[in-house]
Amino acid sequence: MAHERTVKLRVKRQDTPGSPSYWQEFEVPYEPQMNITTCLQLIAAHGRTAQGQQAAPVAYDANCLEEVCGSCTMLINGRVRQACSALVDDLLSTPDDVITLEPMTKFPVVRDLFVDRSRMFEHLKRVRAWVPVDNSVDDTPPPLMSQKVQEQGYPLQRCMTCGCCVEACPQVNEHNAFIGPAAIGQAMLYQKHGIGQNLAEERLEALRDTGGVAGCGNAQNCVKVCPKGVPLTDAIARANRQLTIYSLRRWFDR
Amino acid sequence: MAQQRVIVVGGGLAGLAATMRLAELGRHVDLISMVPVKRSHSVCAQGGINAVNSLTRLQGDSEWKHFDDSVYGGDFLQNQPPVKEMCEWGPRIVDMMDRLGVMFNRTPEGKRDQRRFGGTLYKRTAFAGATTGQQLLYALDEQVRRWEVEGKVKKYEFWEFLGPIVDGKGICRGAVAQDMFSMEIRAFPGDAVVLATGGCGMIFGKSTMSMICTGGAAARAFKAGVKYANGEFIQVHPTAIPGSDKHRLMSESARGEGGRVWVPRRKGDDRDPRQIPMEERWYFLEERYPKYGNLVPRDIATREIFNVCVNEGLSVDPNEYCVYLDVTELPSTTQHKLEGILEIYEKFRGLDPRVMPMKIFPAVHYSMGGLWCDFEKDPHTGGLVLDSPRNQMTNIPGLYVIGEADYQYHGANRLGANSLLSCIFAGLIVGPAIDSWLNALPAGSAAAQPSSLFEGEAARHKEQYEQLINSKGDQNPYLLHRELGQTMTKNVTVVRYNQGIEETLAKIDELAERYKRVAIADTSNWTNQNLSFTRALGDMLIMARVIARGALLRNECRGAHYKPDYAIPAPKGGDPETVRTEAVRWVQAFRKQTQEWLKTTIAEYTPDGPKISYEQVDTSLIPPRPRTYGLVGAEIIEQVWRDTQSADEKAAQQAQPAGA
Repeated sequence: MAHERTVKLRVKRQDTPGSPSYWQEFEVPYEPQMNITTCLQLIAAHGRTAQGQQAAPVAYDANCLEEVCGSCTMLINGRVRQACSALVDDLLSTPDDVITLEPMTKFPVVRDLFVDRSRMFEHLKRVRAWVPVDNSVDDTPPPLMSQKVQEQGYPLQRCMTCGCCVEACPQVNEHNAFIGPAAIGQAMLYQKHGIGQNLAEERLEALRDTGGVAGCGNAQNCVKVCPKGVPLTDAIARANRQLTIYSLRRWFDR
Repeated sequence: MAQQRVIVVGGGLAGLAATMRLAELGRHVDLISMVPVKRSHSVCAQGGINAVNSLTRLQGDSEWKHFDDSVYGGDFLQNQPPVKEMCEWGPRIVDMMDRLGVMFNRTPEGKRDQRRFGGTLYKRTAFAGATTGQQLLYALDEQVRRWEVEGKVKKYEFWEFLGPIVDGKGICRGAVAQDMFSMEIRAFPGDAVVLATGGCGMIFGKSTMSMICTGGAAARAFKAGVKYANGEFIQVHPTAIPGSDKHRLMSESARGEGGRVWVPRRKGDDRDPRQIPMEERWYFLEERYPKYGNLVPRDIATREIFNVCVNEGLSVDPNEYCVYLDVTELPSTTQHKLEGILEIYEKFRGLDPRVMPMKIFPAVHYSMGGLWCDFEKDPHTGGLVLDSPRNQMTNIPGLYVIGEADYQYHGANRLGANSLLSCIFAGLIVGPAIDSWLNALPAGSAAAQPSSLFEGEAARHKEQYEQLINSKGDQNPYLLHRELGQTMTKNVTVVRYNQGIEETLAKIDELAERYKRVAIADTSNWTNQNLSFTRALGDMLIMARVIARGALLRNECRGAHYKPDYAIPAPKGGDPETVRTEAVRWVQAFRKQTQEWLKTTIAEYTPDGPKISYEQVDTSLIPPRPRTYGLVGAEIIEQVWRDTQSADEKAAQQAQPAGA
């Protein structure tokens, strides 16, 4: 029988939130253009480790499989990214390389590669990243928006709350309450929107608080790992400038 | 009196629009979703949202024309009043989304830019790059988060809907759901329940849909007695990137912005596409459909691409079926507007579509069919009575359905960029509908019902869960799913033959039999995805039967449902007299088909498979007429059709007694 090409993976597993982690090795048949989510599906279908022991399917978070929902973020060969857009061919320098999969470290593990990112959504509440309309449907014409404001806003609006930036940021850790780059980006999203700007000061207040913009250490890892090229450091710089002006104005208005 | 609550299941565009609207009306909402709502499948929508706008109005466009394009594109299978209402709400909805912060592309003056989409000649589509669904979803997600902070909305994310709770009088009183982490099963009392649970593409194995789009929630409502309508109408999108795990959508906006579909004229021409001179390329859509070009309705574009590859042997890849979708000649400013989708191609195929034509092929994309729902027509406007509790209500009182999960808006074929509109529209109108329902709630609120009703339902689902988690069979659910996808894709997608569909139905029976011996590899009571998938597989088998059975019985061609054995042969042309004769014959056949088949397929659950019946379609506003895109002698056919119609009308008038 011809030896079929396989892909070797090492997966860091954890059965429950409190329990210790352990590693398991898997081997799945190679397919051209396959990605890591395909590998995880094949592991589930096969149900055995590389050593032939029975293994429960690896738990992981995934949905759209085309890198727009943000679900399947994990550490692949130590780098944070989405599993769906991680192509096996790009991860191997030789066919015998072993690909390692680990859960993100800045969020509590639920099970295996599945982590709890609810904190990120809570932070979106804190920075009031929304447009405060009176009523959604009321036949009021929308404000005009310049191409410049749109070009600045659209890239921020593509943030899918995937957590890559939070994972890569050295300032997000147990000793620090820093809310992380994604939430600051969203706080800046509507600062120039015709209606959204009505909350501009409240958002700046939120960013002045503990864990706000001052938490950024300017490591600039966030923009390097963002899969959507969200201009996070620009947003943080803008937040800093707006805060400075806001603080000065507050001081003069005393 | 206990506080009334509404349960919304699903947090895509429809579910979030409904939640926002209900909260605005002062209602309390429990929002249940299998994923954080911001990760719902609506994020995958790319091209845009349709509405008449100031620009198209100047060219003669109107809400009525949008309505006409939608029902003509849908081959007249929709009930017309809800579609008319939706098209009238189009401008209002796009304005609303603009106010809510969607970063729509702009003109230099600061107004919304527009692009053209399939099945229309007007630039009716507003867009945010090529990620419009994502941007719309996020804006609604933010509004719902705001209501969450206000205390009007409570989210249950990573909870899975298991079924509605229906009391002895047949009224919906809540829902049962399961925490996907702790696996706790809980009954949620609710005075109205809205299902906004999306499509069922996973039944076909690989599709453009997300992993949660199993149709599981719809199947659970179906089993509880909700009718399912037009299941056989599944949209296969013309342009997707074939993949080993799923097919990734390549938006119609690529063609809307000027992208062209072509193959080399010579079979097996393996030159680099960039080296093939213009005259040796076959732009087959433009050639066959000079009026709409690359923007013919989706069902037609799909069949043409399928035909060019499968029957004419002109696929551009020796190992798989595909054709070129070429955006390389577009100016860079235009390519910039498509950035979101061009990135997807680049990331997953490793080639830059800005310099190299993309390889694409059709893939299962959208369910036009769905759970049956009602509407109340306003006799004065032809649209809807906006606060009628009947709008979007299923045949179980108090249980509503909206979004892709319903069947109401797209008939036999959906026009591109109409789904974002229909999802938001249905979400907005279900708000007042439920408000009216709650104001006149029969037999007290859910909280006033005996607790045994809720406990009993939760216990029933717990028992089913225990049974499934303890299955120790020899059948692997993932492999069963693969086989289901293969047979459905082979026989129940683009081209359908009764023999093939029968084979598929037999295969589904076999799979259902084997499913009884399914093995659960994971017996953990914590975050058991294996169990959730296996449960959904059982539901997929139920819905696959509904789709295949509806397709088998419908012996005609209509929109996405195409059976060559029942196609009306197109006129071949020739001298004017022959064309006329052929047109008359064509129209006669079309009339017969309309009389026989212009009706909604209704499936009802029985343990032995779906029971199928049919229901009249409300075509009271625009009389059905032949779809003649690209047909030889189209003008003559249309003329003959008009003559026949007026003759019919005259005959009907004469049949009336004098003085009536």
